[in-house]
Amino acid sequence: MTVFVSRDKINSGFTSKVQRLADQNLMSCYQCGKCSAGCPMAAYMDIPPNQMIRLAQLGMEDELLDSEAIWLCVSCMTCNTRCPKGVRIAELIESMRQIKLRARQDHLQVEKISEADLRAIPPIALIGSMRKFTS
Amino acid sequence: MKLSYFPGCTLKNHARNFEDSTLYAMDKLGVEAVELDRWNCCGTVFSLSADDLMRQVAPIRNLLRTRERGDSQLMTGCSMCFNTLKRANNRARANEEDLASMNTFMYDEPVDYAGDVDVLHVLEVVRDQIGFDAIRERVVKPLEGLRVACYYGCMLVRPNEAAIDDAENPRVLEDLITVLGGEPVDFSHKTECCGAHQTVDKPEIIADKTYEILGSAKAQGADTVAVSCPLCAFNLDHRQEATLKIHSDFHTMPVVYFSQLMAIALGGSESVLRLDLHHTPPGPLLTGKGLL
Repeated sequence: MTVFVSRDKINSGFTSKVQRLADQNLMSCYQCGKCSAGCPMAAYMDIPPNQMIRLAQLGMEDELLDSEAIWLCVSCMTCNTRCPKGVRIAELIESMRQIKLRARQDHLQVEKISEADLRAIPPIALIGSMRKFTS
Repeated sequence: MKLSYFPGCTLKNHARNFEDSTLYAMDKLGVEAVELDRWNCCGTVFSLSADDLMRQVAPIRNLLRTRERGDSQLMTGCSMCFNTLKRANNRARANEEDLASMNTFMYDEPVDYAGDVDVLHVLEVVRDQIGFDAIRERVVKPLEGLRVACYYGCMLVRPNEAAIDDAENPRVLEDLITVLGGEPVDFSHKTECCGAHQTVDKPEIIADKTYEILGSAKAQGADTVAVSCPLCAFNLDHRQEATLKIHSDFHTMPVVYFSQLMAIALGGSESVLRLDLHHTPPGPLLTGKGLL
Protein backbone atom coordinates (compact mmCIF):
# COMPACT_ATOMS: atom_id res chain seq x y z
CA MET A 1 0.00 0.00 0.00
CA THR A 2 1.37 3.43 -0.94
CA VAL A 3 0.74 6.04 1.71
CA PHE A 4 1.34 9.76 1.35
CA VAL A 5 2.27 11.42 4.59
CA SER A 6 1.24 15.04 4.98
CA ARG A 7 1.44 17.64 7.70
CA ASP A 8 -2.28 18.30 7.31
CA LYS A 9 -3.16 14.72 8.10
CA ILE A 10 -0.73 14.49 11.00
CA ASN A 11 -2.26 17.65 12.50
CA SER A 12 -5.86 16.76 11.66
CA GLY A 13 -6.77 15.79 15.22
CA PHE A 14 -7.50 12.15 14.33
CA THR A 15 -4.50 10.87 16.28
CA SER A 16 -5.49 12.69 19.44
CA LYS A 17 -9.11 11.62 19.06
CA VAL A 18 -8.08 7.96 18.88
CA GLN A 19 -5.76 8.38 21.85
CA ARG A 20 -8.43 10.09 23.92
CA LEU A 21 -11.11 7.48 23.20
CA ALA A 22 -8.70 4.63 23.94
CA ASP A 23 -6.88 6.38 26.80
CA GLN A 24 -3.62 5.24 25.18
CA ASN A 25 -0.42 6.85 23.98
CA LEU A 26 0.01 5.87 20.34
CA MET A 27 3.56 7.18 20.29
CA SER A 28 4.73 4.42 22.65
CA CYS A 29 4.67 1.92 19.77
CA TYR A 30 8.11 1.15 18.32
CA GLN A 31 6.91 -1.26 15.60
CA CYS A 32 8.20 -4.57 16.94
CA GLY A 33 5.29 -6.32 15.23
CA LYS A 34 4.44 -8.66 18.12
CA CYS A 35 0.76 -7.63 17.96
CA SER A 36 0.44 -8.68 14.33
CA ALA A 37 2.48 -11.85 14.86
CA GLY A 38 0.06 -13.13 17.48
CA CYS A 39 -3.18 -11.74 16.07
CA PRO A 40 -5.63 -14.55 15.18
CA MET A 41 -7.34 -12.28 12.66
CA ALA A 42 -4.26 -10.72 11.00
CA ALA A 43 -4.42 -13.18 8.09
CA TYR A 44 -7.84 -11.78 7.13
CA MET A 45 -7.01 -8.10 7.64
CA ASP A 46 -6.21 -5.61 4.90
CA ILE A 47 -4.05 -3.70 7.40
CA PRO A 48 -2.34 -5.71 10.18
CA PRO A 49 -2.45 -4.27 13.73
CA ASN A 50 1.10 -2.84 13.84
CA GLN A 51 0.47 -0.96 10.60
CA MET A 52 -2.87 0.29 11.94
CA ILE A 53 -0.97 1.84 14.83
CA ARG A 54 1.58 3.44 12.49
CA LEU A 55 -1.16 4.87 10.27
CA ALA A 56 -2.96 6.22 13.33
CA GLN A 57 0.25 7.93 14.47
CA LEU A 58 0.35 9.65 11.08
CA GLY A 59 -3.31 10.73 11.16
CA MET A 60 -4.41 8.48 8.27
CA GLU A 61 -8.09 8.66 9.10
CA ASP A 62 -9.61 7.58 5.78
CA GLU A 63 -7.27 4.61 5.31
CA LEU A 64 -8.16 3.32 8.77
CA LEU A 65 -11.86 4.10 8.95
CA ASP A 66 -12.49 2.61 5.50
CA SER A 67 -10.50 -0.55 6.27
CA GLU A 68 -11.93 -4.02 6.86
CA ALA A 69 -9.35 -4.59 9.56
CA ILE A 70 -11.03 -2.48 12.25
CA TRP A 71 -14.09 -4.76 11.97
CA LEU A 72 -12.11 -8.00 12.01
CA CYS A 73 -10.55 -7.42 15.43
CA VAL A 74 -12.56 -9.40 18.01
CA SER A 75 -10.87 -7.93 21.12
CA CYS A 76 -9.27 -11.26 22.05
CA MET A 77 -6.58 -9.24 23.87
CA THR A 78 -3.63 -11.29 22.62
CA CYS A 79 -1.90 -8.14 21.34
CA ASN A 80 -2.47 -6.25 24.59
CA THR A 81 -1.06 -9.10 26.65
CA ARG A 82 2.08 -9.38 24.52
CA CYS A 83 2.92 -5.75 23.75
CA PRO A 84 6.34 -5.04 25.31
CA LYS A 85 5.46 -1.34 25.56
CA GLY A 86 2.12 -1.89 27.27
CA VAL A 87 0.15 -0.36 24.41
CA ARG A 88 -3.46 -1.51 24.44
CA ILE A 89 -3.91 -2.12 20.75
CA ALA A 90 -7.41 -3.58 21.17
CA GLU A 91 -8.55 -0.34 22.81
CA LEU A 92 -7.07 1.68 19.93
CA ILE A 93 -8.89 -0.43 17.34
CA GLU A 94 -12.11 -0.18 19.35
CA SER A 95 -11.77 3.61 19.34
CA MET A 96 -11.66 3.57 15.52
CA ARG A 97 -14.81 1.43 15.41
CA GLN A 98 -16.40 3.84 17.86
CA ILE A 99 -15.62 6.85 15.63
CA LYS A 100 -17.60 5.13 12.86
CA LEU A 101 -20.41 3.89 15.10
CA ARG A 102 -20.86 7.26 16.81
CA ALA A 103 -21.46 8.70 13.35
CA ARG A 104 -24.18 6.03 12.98
CA GLN A 105 -22.23 4.06 10.41
CA ASP A 106 -23.08 0.51 11.47
CA HIS A 107 -21.07 -2.43 10.22
CA LEU A 108 -23.64 -5.17 10.86
CA GLN A 109 -27.03 -5.14 9.15
CA VAL A 110 -29.05 -6.86 11.84
CA GLU A 111 -32.13 -7.09 9.63
CA LYS A 112 -30.18 -9.22 7.16
CA ILE A 113 -29.51 -12.00 9.66
CA SER A 114 -31.76 -14.91 8.68
CA GLU A 115 -34.47 -16.32 10.95
CA ALA A 116 -32.63 -19.63 10.97
CA ASP A 117 -29.39 -17.99 12.11
CA LEU A 118 -31.19 -15.98 14.77
CA ARG A 119 -32.49 -19.26 16.19
CA ALA A 120 -29.26 -21.23 15.82
CA ILE A 121 -26.69 -18.67 16.96
CA PRO A 122 -26.55 -18.26 20.75
CA PRO A 123 -27.46 -14.86 22.27
CA ILE A 124 -23.88 -14.41 23.51
CA ALA A 125 -22.70 -14.18 19.87
CA LEU A 126 -25.57 -12.02 18.64
CA ILE A 127 -25.26 -9.53 21.49
CA GLY A 128 -21.46 -9.45 21.18
CA SER A 129 -21.74 -8.78 17.47
CA MET A 130 -24.32 -6.03 17.95
CA ARG A 131 -22.27 -4.41 20.69
CA LYS A 132 -19.17 -4.33 18.50
CA PHE A 133 -20.73 -3.60 15.13
CA THR A 134 -23.79 -1.40 15.70
CA SER A 135 -24.38 2.01 17.24
CA MET B 1 -21.02 -23.17 51.25
CA LYS B 2 -23.53 -20.80 49.62
CA LEU B 3 -22.49 -18.58 46.71
CA SER B 4 -24.44 -16.03 44.71
CA TYR B 5 -24.63 -17.19 41.13
CA PHE B 6 -24.95 -15.33 37.82
CA PRO B 7 -25.93 -17.63 34.94
CA GLY B 8 -25.93 -15.19 31.99
CA CYS B 9 -28.22 -15.38 28.99
CA THR B 10 -26.77 -18.29 27.03
CA LEU B 11 -26.68 -20.77 29.91
CA LYS B 12 -30.47 -20.52 30.04
CA ASN B 13 -30.99 -21.72 26.47
CA HIS B 14 -28.26 -22.87 24.05
CA ALA B 15 -25.86 -23.82 26.85
CA ARG B 16 -28.25 -25.57 29.22
CA ASN B 17 -25.75 -28.44 29.20
CA PHE B 18 -23.19 -26.06 30.75
CA GLU B 19 -25.55 -24.81 33.45
CA ASP B 20 -27.12 -28.14 34.42
CA SER B 21 -23.76 -29.90 34.69
CA THR B 22 -22.18 -26.99 36.59
CA LEU B 23 -24.97 -26.84 39.15
CA TYR B 24 -24.88 -30.61 39.57
CA ALA B 25 -21.09 -30.65 40.09
CA MET B 26 -21.18 -27.70 42.48
CA ASP B 27 -23.92 -29.36 44.53
CA LYS B 28 -21.90 -32.58 44.73
CA LEU B 29 -18.92 -30.56 45.96
CA GLY B 30 -20.94 -28.86 48.68
CA VAL B 31 -21.51 -25.52 46.97
CA GLU B 32 -25.06 -24.22 46.82
CA ALA B 33 -25.23 -21.80 43.89
CA VAL B 34 -28.00 -19.29 44.61
CA GLU B 35 -29.13 -17.59 41.41
CA LEU B 36 -29.56 -13.82 41.72
CA ASP B 37 -33.24 -12.85 41.80
CA ARG B 38 -33.16 -10.05 39.23
CA TRP B 39 -30.01 -10.48 37.19
CA ASN B 40 -29.64 -8.67 33.88
CA CYS B 41 -27.45 -9.17 30.82
CA CYS B 42 -23.82 -8.25 31.54
CA GLY B 43 -23.40 -6.89 28.02
CA THR B 44 -21.28 -9.91 26.93
CA VAL B 45 -18.29 -7.79 25.87
CA PHE B 46 -16.40 -5.32 28.03
CA SER B 47 -16.56 -1.81 26.60
CA LEU B 48 -13.03 -0.66 25.76
CA SER B 49 -13.72 3.05 25.28
CA ALA B 50 -12.37 5.39 27.94
CA ASP B 51 -15.50 7.57 27.98
CA ASP B 52 -18.09 4.81 27.75
CA LEU B 53 -19.12 4.53 31.38
CA MET B 54 -22.79 3.98 30.56
CA ARG B 55 -21.95 0.51 29.27
CA GLN B 56 -20.38 -0.45 32.60
CA VAL B 57 -23.67 0.05 34.40
CA ALA B 58 -25.32 -3.23 33.34
CA PRO B 59 -22.58 -5.47 34.79
CA ILE B 60 -22.35 -3.33 37.95
CA ARG B 61 -26.09 -3.68 38.60
CA ASN B 62 -25.55 -7.43 39.00
CA LEU B 63 -22.95 -6.72 41.66
CA LEU B 64 -25.52 -4.55 43.46
CA ARG B 65 -27.98 -7.47 43.33
CA THR B 66 -25.28 -9.59 44.97
CA ARG B 67 -24.83 -7.00 47.72
CA GLU B 68 -28.59 -6.96 48.32
CA ARG B 69 -28.35 -10.63 49.21
CA GLY B 70 -25.73 -9.69 51.79
CA ASP B 71 -23.11 -11.53 49.75
CA SER B 72 -19.66 -10.30 48.74
CA GLN B 73 -18.87 -12.89 46.08
CA LEU B 74 -20.56 -13.56 42.76
CA MET B 75 -19.82 -16.77 40.85
CA THR B 76 -20.37 -17.30 37.14
CA GLY B 77 -19.46 -20.09 34.72
CA CYS B 78 -19.60 -18.30 31.39
CA SER B 79 -16.15 -16.98 30.47
CA MET B 80 -17.53 -13.93 28.70
CA CYS B 81 -19.84 -12.94 31.56
CA PHE B 82 -16.95 -13.49 33.96
CA ASN B 83 -14.62 -11.25 31.97
CA THR B 84 -17.20 -8.49 31.51
CA LEU B 85 -18.33 -8.49 35.16
CA LYS B 86 -14.78 -8.64 36.48
CA ARG B 87 -13.41 -5.89 34.26
CA ALA B 88 -16.35 -3.57 35.01
CA ASN B 89 -15.70 -4.23 38.68
CA ASN B 90 -11.98 -3.52 38.23
CA ARG B 91 -12.81 -0.26 36.53
CA ALA B 92 -15.20 0.76 39.30
CA ARG B 93 -12.58 -0.04 41.93
CA ALA B 94 -9.73 1.69 40.13
CA ASN B 95 -11.27 5.11 39.76
CA GLU B 96 -13.44 6.82 42.37
CA GLU B 97 -14.71 9.40 39.91
CA ASP B 98 -15.81 6.71 37.45
CA LEU B 99 -17.58 4.83 40.22
CA ALA B 100 -19.35 8.01 41.34
CA SER B 101 -20.52 8.61 37.75
CA MET B 102 -21.80 5.05 37.45
CA ASN B 103 -23.70 5.43 40.70
CA THR B 104 -25.21 8.67 39.37
CA PHE B 105 -26.41 6.80 36.28
CA MET B 106 -28.00 4.22 38.59
CA TYR B 107 -30.03 6.82 40.50
CA ASP B 108 -32.94 4.39 40.74
CA GLU B 109 -30.93 1.93 42.84
CA PRO B 110 -31.63 2.17 46.58
CA VAL B 111 -27.94 1.97 47.47
CA ASP B 112 -24.70 2.92 45.73
CA TYR B 113 -22.18 0.34 44.62
CA ALA B 114 -19.04 0.53 46.72
CA GLY B 115 -16.79 -1.86 44.80
CA ASP B 116 -17.11 -4.47 47.52
CA VAL B 117 -18.13 -7.60 45.55
CA ASP B 118 -15.62 -10.09 44.14
CA VAL B 119 -16.37 -11.75 40.80
CA LEU B 120 -15.35 -15.40 40.66
CA HIS B 121 -15.28 -17.93 37.87
CA VAL B 122 -16.48 -21.46 38.69
CA LEU B 123 -12.94 -22.70 38.03
CA GLU B 124 -11.58 -20.32 40.67
CA VAL B 125 -14.10 -21.64 43.17
CA VAL B 126 -13.09 -25.18 42.22
CA ARG B 127 -9.35 -24.50 42.56
CA ASP B 128 -9.18 -21.98 45.40
CA GLN B 129 -12.21 -22.63 47.60
CA ILE B 130 -13.11 -26.30 47.17
CA GLY B 131 -9.59 -27.46 46.31
CA PHE B 132 -8.42 -30.26 44.03
CA ASP B 133 -7.78 -32.67 46.92
CA ALA B 134 -11.40 -32.46 48.05
CA ILE B 135 -12.55 -33.09 44.48
CA ARG B 136 -10.32 -36.14 44.11
CA GLU B 137 -12.01 -37.69 47.14
CA ARG B 138 -15.47 -37.26 45.61
CA VAL B 139 -14.70 -38.81 42.21
CA VAL B 140 -16.80 -41.94 41.76
CA LYS B 141 -16.28 -42.49 38.04
CA PRO B 142 -12.72 -41.52 37.04
CA LEU B 143 -12.33 -40.37 33.44
CA GLU B 144 -9.97 -43.25 32.76
CA GLY B 145 -8.43 -43.29 29.32
CA LEU B 146 -10.11 -40.03 28.26
CA ARG B 147 -7.63 -37.75 26.54
CA VAL B 148 -8.82 -34.16 26.97
CA ALA B 149 -7.39 -31.07 25.27
CA CYS B 150 -8.21 -28.12 27.56
CA TYR B 151 -9.17 -25.04 25.62
CA TYR B 152 -9.18 -21.70 27.48
CA GLY B 153 -9.89 -19.33 24.62
CA CYS B 154 -9.51 -15.65 25.48
CA MET B 155 -11.73 -14.48 28.27
CA LEU B 156 -10.46 -16.71 31.09
CA VAL B 157 -6.85 -15.65 30.65
CA ARG B 158 -6.76 -12.18 29.07
CA PRO B 159 -6.15 -9.43 29.91
CA ASN B 160 -3.85 -10.09 32.88
CA GLU B 161 -5.94 -8.06 35.33
CA ALA B 162 -8.96 -10.27 34.69
CA ALA B 163 -7.16 -13.59 34.20
CA ILE B 164 -7.74 -16.63 36.40
CA ASP B 165 -4.39 -18.13 35.38
CA ASP B 166 -1.24 -17.49 33.32
CA ALA B 167 -2.04 -15.83 29.99
CA GLU B 168 0.26 -17.98 27.87
CA ASN B 169 0.30 -21.31 29.65
CA PRO B 170 -2.67 -21.73 31.99
CA ARG B 171 -2.92 -25.03 33.93
CA VAL B 172 -6.14 -24.94 35.97
CA LEU B 173 -8.18 -27.03 33.53
CA GLU B 174 -5.39 -29.58 33.10
CA ASP B 175 -5.08 -29.88 36.88
CA LEU B 176 -8.83 -30.40 37.11
CA ILE B 177 -8.89 -33.09 34.41
CA THR B 178 -6.03 -34.87 36.21
CA VAL B 179 -7.90 -35.05 39.54
CA LEU B 180 -10.97 -36.28 37.68
CA GLY B 181 -8.86 -39.22 36.48
CA GLY B 182 -8.56 -38.11 32.86
CA GLU B 183 -5.49 -37.46 30.78
CA PRO B 184 -4.90 -33.81 29.82
CA VAL B 185 -3.33 -33.36 26.42
CA ASP B 186 -1.07 -30.38 25.80
CA PHE B 187 -1.68 -28.61 22.51
CA SER B 188 -0.49 -25.44 20.85
CA HIS B 189 -3.84 -23.71 20.40
CA LYS B 190 -5.23 -23.73 23.93
CA THR B 191 -5.38 -19.94 24.23
CA GLU B 192 -5.89 -19.14 20.54
CA CYS B 193 -9.09 -17.16 19.82
CA CYS B 194 -11.94 -19.09 18.13
CA GLY B 195 -13.08 -16.00 16.20
CA ALA B 196 -15.79 -15.10 18.74
CA HIS B 197 -18.72 -13.00 17.42
CA GLN B 198 -17.43 -13.09 13.83
CA THR B 199 -19.54 -16.26 13.76
CA VAL B 200 -22.58 -14.07 13.04
CA ASP B 201 -21.54 -12.65 9.68
CA LYS B 202 -18.23 -14.35 8.85
CA PRO B 203 -18.74 -18.05 9.68
CA GLU B 204 -16.06 -18.95 7.14
CA ILE B 205 -13.41 -17.44 9.43
CA ILE B 206 -14.74 -19.52 12.31
CA ALA B 207 -14.46 -22.60 10.09
CA ASP B 208 -10.75 -21.87 9.59
CA LYS B 209 -10.23 -21.33 13.31
CA THR B 210 -12.13 -24.50 14.22
CA TYR B 211 -10.01 -26.42 11.70
CA GLU B 212 -6.79 -25.08 13.26
CA ILE B 213 -7.79 -25.45 16.92
CA LEU B 214 -9.40 -28.89 16.75
CA GLY B 215 -6.74 -30.07 14.28
CA SER B 216 -4.04 -29.08 16.77
CA ALA B 217 -5.83 -30.99 19.56
CA LYS B 218 -6.36 -34.03 17.32
CA ALA B 219 -2.69 -34.04 16.29
CA GLN B 220 -1.76 -34.44 19.95
CA GLY B 221 -4.08 -37.42 20.29
CA ALA B 222 -6.98 -35.74 22.09
CA ASP B 223 -10.37 -37.50 22.15
CA THR B 224 -12.27 -34.34 22.99
CA VAL B 225 -11.79 -30.63 23.69
CA ALA B 226 -13.05 -29.16 26.98
CA VAL B 227 -14.23 -25.53 27.03
CA SER B 228 -15.67 -23.02 29.48
CA CYS B 229 -17.28 -20.50 27.13
CA PRO B 230 -20.63 -20.96 25.36
CA LEU B 231 -19.40 -18.96 22.37
CA CYS B 232 -16.24 -21.08 22.02
CA ALA B 233 -18.49 -24.13 22.38
CA PHE B 234 -20.80 -22.97 19.61
CA ASN B 235 -17.92 -22.08 17.28
CA LEU B 236 -15.88 -25.22 17.88
CA ASP B 237 -18.85 -27.61 17.92
CA HIS B 238 -21.72 -26.23 15.84
CA ARG B 239 -19.46 -24.71 13.20
CA GLN B 240 -17.92 -28.13 12.46
CA GLU B 241 -20.44 -28.55 9.65
CA ALA B 242 -19.19 -25.36 7.95
CA THR B 243 -15.60 -26.44 8.66
CA LEU B 244 -16.11 -29.73 6.82
CA LYS B 245 -17.45 -27.89 3.78
CA ILE B 246 -14.31 -25.73 3.52
CA HIS B 247 -11.66 -28.18 4.77
CA SER B 248 -12.30 -31.65 3.35
CA ASP B 249 -9.57 -33.25 5.50
CA PHE B 250 -11.15 -32.00 8.74
CA HIS B 251 -12.04 -34.67 11.30
CA THR B 252 -15.06 -33.90 13.45
CA MET B 253 -14.53 -34.14 17.19
CA PRO B 254 -16.83 -33.84 20.22
CA VAL B 255 -16.49 -30.63 22.25
CA VAL B 256 -17.66 -30.65 25.88
CA TYR B 257 -17.82 -28.27 28.81
CA PHE B 258 -15.35 -28.93 31.63
CA SER B 259 -18.39 -29.04 33.92
CA GLN B 260 -19.86 -31.98 32.01
CA LEU B 261 -16.65 -33.93 32.66
CA MET B 262 -16.91 -32.96 36.33
CA ALA B 263 -20.53 -34.12 36.43
CA ILE B 264 -19.62 -37.49 34.89
CA ALA B 265 -16.72 -38.06 37.28
CA LEU B 266 -18.84 -37.05 40.29
CA GLY B 267 -21.53 -39.61 39.40
CA GLY B 268 -24.01 -37.54 37.38
CA SER B 269 -26.56 -39.24 35.18
CA GLU B 270 -26.89 -38.55 31.47
CA SER B 271 -29.81 -36.19 32.12
CA VAL B 272 -27.56 -33.48 33.63
CA LEU B 273 -25.25 -33.61 30.63
CA ARG B 274 -27.89 -32.56 28.08
CA LEU B 275 -25.94 -34.19 25.24
CA ASP B 276 -28.86 -33.39 22.91
CA LEU B 277 -27.55 -29.81 22.70
CA HIS B 278 -24.28 -30.83 21.04
CA HIS B 279 -23.70 -30.82 17.30
CA THR B 280 -21.00 -33.51 17.14
CA PRO B 281 -22.36 -36.04 19.65
CA PRO B 282 -20.02 -36.87 22.55
CA GLY B 283 -22.18 -39.95 23.35
CA PRO B 284 -20.24 -42.55 21.31
CA LEU B 285 -16.87 -41.43 22.74
CA LEU B 286 -18.12 -41.39 26.33
CA THR B 287 -19.88 -44.75 25.94
CA GLY B 288 -16.75 -46.22 24.36
CA LYS B 289 -14.72 -45.16 27.39
CA GLY B 290 -17.30 -46.64 29.75
CA LEU B 291 -18.31 -43.21 31.07
CA LEU B 292 -22.02 -43.26 30.20
